Amino acid sequence: MPTVLTCTDVRKTFGSAVVLDGLDLEVGEHEVVALIGASGSGKSTLLRCINLLTEIDDGTIRLDGEDITEPQVDADRVRQKIGLVFQSFNLFPHMTVLDNITLAPVRVHKRPVAEAREQAMEWLGRVGLADKAGSYPDRLSGGQQQRVAIVRALVNSPRLLLLDEVTSALDPELVGEVLTMIRDLKNEGVTMVLATHEMGFARQVADRVAFLDKGRVLEQGPPGQVLGDPVEPRTRQFLARIIEAGRL
Amino acid sequence: MSAQPYRPSATQQHRIAFRRRQAIRSVLLAALSTAVLGTALGFLVTDAPGWDRVKLAFFDGELARESLSPILQGLWLNVRVFLVCAISALALGLLIATARTLRGPVFFPVRALATVYTYSFRGLPLIIVIYLFAFGIPGLRLQGTPSVTVLGGAAIVVTYGAYLAEVFRSGIESVHPSQVAAARSLGLSYRQAMRHVVLPQAVRRSAPPLLNDTVAMQKDVGLISLAGPIDAIRAAQIDQMGTANFTPYVVAGVLFVLLALPLIGITDFVTLRAARRQNAGT
Amino acid sequence: MVSRFTLLTTGGAILALAALAGCSPVADDTAPSATASASADVCPAGALPTRTAGKLTIGTDNPAYEPWFSDNDPKNGKGFESAVAYQVAQRLGYSPADVTWTSVTFNNAIAPGPKAFDFDINQFSITPERRNAVDFSSPYYLVRQTVITVKGSKIAGAKSIADLRDAKLGAQVGTTSYQALTDVIKPTVQPSVFNNNDDAKAALENGTVEGIVVDLPTAFYITGAELKNGVIVGQLPQVGVPEQFGLVLDKGSKLTRCVSTAVDQLRQDGTLAVLEKTWLADTGGAPELS
Repeated sequence: MPTVLTCTDVRKTFGSAVVLDGLDLEVGEHEVVALIGASGSGKSTLLRCINLLTEIDDGTIRLDGEDITEPQVDADRVRQKIGLVFQSFNLFPHMTVLDNITLAPVRVHKRPVAEAREQAMEWLGRVGLADKAGSYPDRLSGGQQQRVAIVRALVNSPRLLLLDEVTSALDPELVGEVLTMIRDLKNEGVTMVLATHEMGFARQVADRVAFLDKGRVLEQGPPGQVLGDPVEPRTRQFLARIIEAGRL
Repeated sequence: MSAQPYRPSATQQHRIAFRRRQAIRSVLLAALSTAVLGTALGFLVTDAPGWDRVKLAFFDGELARESLSPILQGLWLNVRVFLVCAISALALGLLIATARTLRGPVFFPVRALATVYTYSFRGLPLIIVIYLFAFGIPGLRLQGTPSVTVLGGAAIVVTYGAYLAEVFRSGIESVHPSQVAAARSLGLSYRQAMRHVVLPQAVRRSAPPLLNDTVAMQKDVGLISLAGPIDAIRAAQIDQMGTANFTPYVVAGVLFVLLALPLIGITDFVTLRAARRQNAGT
Repeated sequence: MVSRFTLLTTGGAILALAALAGCSPVADDTAPSATASASADVCPAGALPTRTAGKLTIGTDNPAYEPWFSDNDPKNGKGFESAVAYQVAQRLGYSPADVTWTSVTFNNAIAPGPKAFDFDINQFSITPERRNAVDFSSPYYLVRQTVITVKGSKIAGAKSIADLRDAKLGAQVGTTSYQALTDVIKPTVQPSVFNNNDDAKAALENGTVEGIVVDLPTAFYITGAELKNGVIVGQLPQVGVPEQFGLVLDKGSKLTRCVSTAVDQLRQDGTLAVLEKTWLADTGGAPELS
């Protein structure tokens, strides 16, 4: 299985706070890796670094073998190959759902408008939102907006899809529809890294779970092992708190 | 599922009846209060000693009718200059605001110039700028100097453009950085992100304060009259000095308010709609 | 049932209205007392009912233009109107030391309302409309309106009013110069209107107007001393009642009669003619337009 993403010894400091402290991570094609960890453990920061929204302070990130953290690299070109979906959806409020989705294909990838629209409608149909194509984001529920955001990231056929706590801002009854979509994507072979609090979902969908603690991957492995019978004491502590909060 | 259609319970019917009585009482109270206040004010004003003098000096009906035509003619100048100046100032403001957001070292002089412009022209009184443009520039005897009306209009555009540029800029900055993050994440370049995601939102967000400034501009347009053209206020002044009566000013004032009403209505409508739209999401 | 808030606001509103009712305008002394004219010495020298007892407050504009004043300093007694003002003051029994000058814009002096001066001297032409708002003394100068331009202008060689009709002309707002422009010349092009003669002169200099209308002595001064290449085109004909300058006083002022008498004395004993010759000597020889 070829490696899509390699993070080697990644470091990131904000002011005096060290958020990523020599982190290593590898993601193979068609793999789904779930990142778990307490708030501030660096999950969001890592995703933003992979997608070059944030510049790393040290280390290397390789996408399909190419070092994307070289200064001469054209960041816009790299981002065309990586999709990032945010916790707060970040749909463009002044555009319809359809325009949100076709913006990048038309402007960045220079595809003809009709073709981009057709593809967008196909995706929307697949996730059951075809009738919302002409609506503005403020008319959609949170779950619908997040699913549109995921489609928006996917239409560019990225090599890697990053999902940053995409269900954390949703009401519980809307979480399900987003998780279903992600499961479907996994079945289609999309390579994904998802930061999440939903342990149950991580268990179902992830091929590998990585526990982040103090800016490093402390423990990683199959979900059954990391979530059920972790090796590290800190992992146990973290999971114990999660169980108490009723989220496992 | 009950087969019968829903009918309110007795309790609810009591509540409905009570609220109806309350509503009627409120309306009657409002009407009474208005009538009392209106009558009181009416008596107060018309019975005050000197009211006749005031009425004669400010509200002379015949004079109002006579002065209406020249004032309307002057007002037509105000309207034409205003329309051109408003559109030009908005365009200039957007241009300057965008210039200030340009990134890259090669654009440093552009950014610097734009900043100097907004700082100086927001500080300069409009009257000074009009004098400089309408009296100073023709004095240079350059080829193709436009008329004083155009020069005065240019002064207004240049001065208001600075304010509008700042409004646009704060509109641009008010677009949440997550919008830029989302756009960049899709692979859009900085320029593309500005053009397709930030600027459209910035313009919509800026609409209420922009319209406000435009309403203010409508009044300042009359200042071009100090360079010679006869606008509504000058026409009123000519009439007033001829008759030693201030009614023409009142007429001009009323016309200005009437002229501003549509714009004010649009401003309020846009402000409300913008507030509704921007509170999108859960 | 009625909340305390409602009571408070209603009470406050009623109080405010009552306060407003207390502001009534000053009662106006509309009927001049007939008895005053009957008594013998109505103009006690140096003891008139002026704003400040024993002092005479005279108003004029700032800047005060030549040849009516000199160096923008009315106090120096130079210039036709400054000289006339001090002469009038003397006849009324006020020495130069008793005279104070105050700055009043042209528009404000002839607008209705109480005045901050005893009289104002500033090239005011006597018109019936202005009499609605202010009092005038007897006239002290006969005015002619004049068109001036710069060399090379298309109206520099105009010989008649018809030659001026298509030109872009200008004048100060609210003046008889502007009136003459619209009533006598009747231009086909809308004239330019300015706040003061300085602006009109600037517009003439930079070419945004082709000619301006001012009174004759001002015309001589501007073309002689102020404009480069200034040219007098010609005097406009007097239409109807000859235009004359008068001193401006508050409407119904108690000083009007005495001030008028003083001006009449100056005319009768030839002082006005002497002053004219002294300060306005170079105002001969301007062509007449018809």
